[in-house]
Amino acid sequence: MSTVTDTIHHDDDHHEHHAPPSGIKRWLYTTNHKDIGTLYLWFAFIMFLTGGAMAMVIRAELFQPGLQIVDPNFFNQMTTVHGLIMVFGAVMPAFTGLANWLVPMMIGAPDMALPRMNNWSFWILPFAFLILLSSLFMEGGGPAFGWTFYAPLSTTYSGDSTALFVFSVHIMGISSIMGAINVIVTIFNMRAPGMTWMKMPLFVWTWLITAFLLIAVMPVLAGAVTMVLTDKFFGTSFFDAAGGGDPVMFQHIFWFFGHPEVYIMILPAFGIISQIVPTFARKRLFGYASMVYATASIALLSFIVWAHHMFTTGMPVFAEMFFMLATMLISVPTGVKVFNWVATMWRGSLSFEVPMLFALAFIVLFTIGGLSGLMLAITPVDFQYHDTYFVVAHFHYVLVTGAIFSIMAAVYYWLPKWTGKMFDITLAKWHFWCSLVSVNVLFFPMHFVGLAGMPRRIPDYALQFADFNKWISLGGFAFGLSQLIFLALLIKACSKKGEPVSDQVWEGAEGLEWEIPSPAPYHTFETPPVIK
Amino acid sequence: MNKKPEQPPEATGASKQKTQTNHGKMVVKLLAVVLGMFGFGFALVPLYDVFCDLTGLNGKTANSAAVYEVMEVDESRTITIDFITRTNTGMAWKFEAEKRQVKVHPGQMNEINFTVNNPTTHSVVGQAVPSVSPGTAALFLNKTECFCFEQQVLQAGESAVMPMRFYVDPQLPDDISYFALQYTLYDVTATAGDLVMNRGE
Repeated sequence: MSTVTDTIHHDDDHHEHHAPPSGIKRWLYTTNHKDIGTLYLWFAFIMFLTGGAMAMVIRAELFQPGLQIVDPNFFNQMTTVHGLIMVFGAVMPAFTGLANWLVPMMIGAPDMALPRMNNWSFWILPFAFLILLSSLFMEGGGPAFGWTFYAPLSTTYSGDSTALFVFSVHIMGISSIMGAINVIVTIFNMRAPGMTWMKMPLFVWTWLITAFLLIAVMPVLAGAVTMVLTDKFFGTSFFDAAGGGDPVMFQHIFWFFGHPEVYIMILPAFGIISQIVPTFARKRLFGYASMVYATASIALLSFIVWAHHMFTTGMPVFAEMFFMLATMLISVPTGVKVFNWVATMWRGSLSFEVPMLFALAFIVLFTIGGLSGLMLAITPVDFQYHDTYFVVAHFHYVLVTGAIFSIMAAVYYWLPKWTGKMFDITLAKWHFWCSLVSVNVLFFPMHFVGLAGMPRRIPDYALQFADFNKWISLGGFAFGLSQLIFLALLIKACSKKGEPVSDQVWEGAEGLEWEIPSPAPYHTFETPPVIK
Repeated sequence: MNKKPEQPPEATGASKQKTQTNHGKMVVKLLAVVLGMFGFGFALVPLYDVFCDLTGLNGKTANSAAVYEVMEVDESRTITIDFITRTNTGMAWKFEAEKRQVKVHPGQMNEINFTVNNPTTHSVVGQAVPSVSPGTAALFLNKTECFCFEQQVLQAGESAVMPMRFYVDPQLPDDISYFALQYTLYDVTATAGDLVMNRGE
C-alpha cells in the first residue's frame, strides 16, 4: 500500500501527467473516470451475459410444453435473478459506465467531482452480485419471488436466501446513489466556462435528470427491502394482514420506486439517441429545448403513475381513471422526442454506420414497446393483459430493443474514441443484423401468446401456445448467440487492432469529446476548454 | 470561437479549495435528499393507513368498537350484506357464519354469530381480519362488538360462538345497496406465544 502511494507521489513530483500504475492495482485503486467507466461497462457486459444465460435456461424450459429441464422452483429463481441482474447489473451499470466516460469529456471537466467515491461506487457492485448469485447455491435456492418481490411471496413464502437478496439490493442501491450524487455534483460544479445549461449535450441533460430520479427513488427501494427483511426475520407486520399490515401497501411502495426506475433505464437512452442521430443525419438536433423539457416532464410524471401496475388489486374507479390518464399523458413528451428524432433525419444527409443502425432500430422498436405500453395503460384492457406474456413483450421491447440497443449504439459510437481504432465493421454489422432479426423473432410473438392468455412466470403452458413458444425460444437462442459476436468484437477492439481513427471519428460528430485526440488521453481537459 | 474563458485556465490552489467546498456543500444537500427519501419510504406506511382510514379504500373496518346511539331506522332502504369466511393457508380452524347473507335497514342494530372450531390437537391463537368490498362501504359499517378486535384462543378440539354486532350508517351512499364483508382467519400462534400460555393455564 505504502509503496504504491510512494510511487504515485514520486511520479507526481516529476510529471504532471503520471501514468497509471500497472496490473490489477491500476483497476483496484483507480480514481480516473475513464478507467472506472471501462470497469462499469465490462462489469455490465459480464452481467448481461450472466443474466442472458439465465434467459436461455428459461427459454429452454419453455421450448415445449410440460416440465423438461428444470424444476419449477429453479425456474422461478431464474426469472427472478434474470430480472434483477438485467435491471441492476446490466442496464444501470452500463449507463453509469457511459456517464463516467462521457459526462466529464462532454462538459470539459478533468474528471468526476468525487473520484474516490467513484471508485467505491464501482467496487462495491461486484460484491452485491456475488452475494445475489451465491444465494442461488443455498439450500432451498435463491430468491424465487420475481424481481418485484411482492409480499407475502418475499416475506411469508420465501427462503432464508431472502436476507442475502435484501443485502445485495442494499449494496446496489448505495452504489447507484453514490454514482448519481457524483454525476449531479460534476454537472453542477465542473462545467467548463461558457458551457451554459442549454448548451449541454443531451446525454448530459438526460443523465442529470436520471441522477435526480435515482436519489429520489433508490432510498425508497432500500426502505421497501428493509421492511421485507424485518417482516420476514424480526416479526414486524408492515405487509402482514394478520398483524395489521397490508400486502397491497407493498405494491404501492414498490411501484413508487419501480415506475421512476423504468425511466431511469430509458432517459439516458434518449440522450444517447439524441447524440447519434444528428451525427449521421449531418444536421443539428431538431428541437433541442423541447427535448430537455420533454425529458424533465417524463421524469416528473413518472412519480404519479405508479398504480397502473396495480389495476387488478382493486381500486376505486376515480383512481383507475387518474392513473390511466396520467400514464397516457407520458406518451405526449415521449412522442415529442420521437418526432424530434425523425425531424432531425428529415432532409438530412443520412448515412448508415453501425451506431446509426442501432439508433434507427431503437427508434422503431422502442416506439412499438411504447405503443404496447399505451395499450396496457387502458384500465379495462389491462385487466385482461395483466401478468400475461403481453406485459413481457412490452417491457422487453422497451428494455432490450430500447435501453440495451441504445447502449450498444453508444458503445459503437464512442468505442473508436476510447480505443483510437475503428472496430471491426463486418463483425459489427453481423452483430446488428443477427440481433435485429432474432430479437423480433424472440419478442414479437410474445404479444400474441400474451393476448391469447399465456401467463408469465410459469414454467409450463397450455398446448395451444406450443408453436409460438418454439419460435420464441429459437429467437431467444439466436439473440443470445448474436451477443457472442459482440463479445468477440469487443475483445478485438480492446486488443488495439484496427484502423486508426481521426480525432472527430465520424464525419458529422460535434461536441467536446470529438475535439480531443483519439484514443482519448488518460487525462483530458485539465485546462478547461473554450466553449464556442 | 472568440469568447474568452471566464476563469484563468490554471486552477490556483485557492480556487481548487473553493471547488472542493462547493462539492462538499452539494454532497451534503444531496445526502439530505437521500435520507429524506429513505424516511419518506417509511412515512408511506402511516400515510397509507391514514389515507385508507379516511377513504376506506382498502376495505378495512375500524379496529375498535363503535358506540351505537339510538337513531332513526331508514326502512325505505334495504341493504344486502354477504358474509364470507375463509382461513388463511396453514390455519386449520373451521370458521363459518351462521347466515351467508342478511338484509338490514340502515340505522338498525344487528347481530350475527360466527362459529369456530379448532380441530387440531394443540391450542391455536387466531386473528380475524375484516375486508369490505366495495371498499367505500367500509366507512359506513360500524361494529359495536366484534371478535376481530382481539386475538382468539381455542384449545385443542374446542369450539366457540363469536358474536358480531353492527349497524349500517344511514349516511351510506345511495349507490351502495349490496356489499360483502369477508373475514380471513390467520394463525398467529407463533407471534402470540405468551398469550396462549397465559390463557391456557
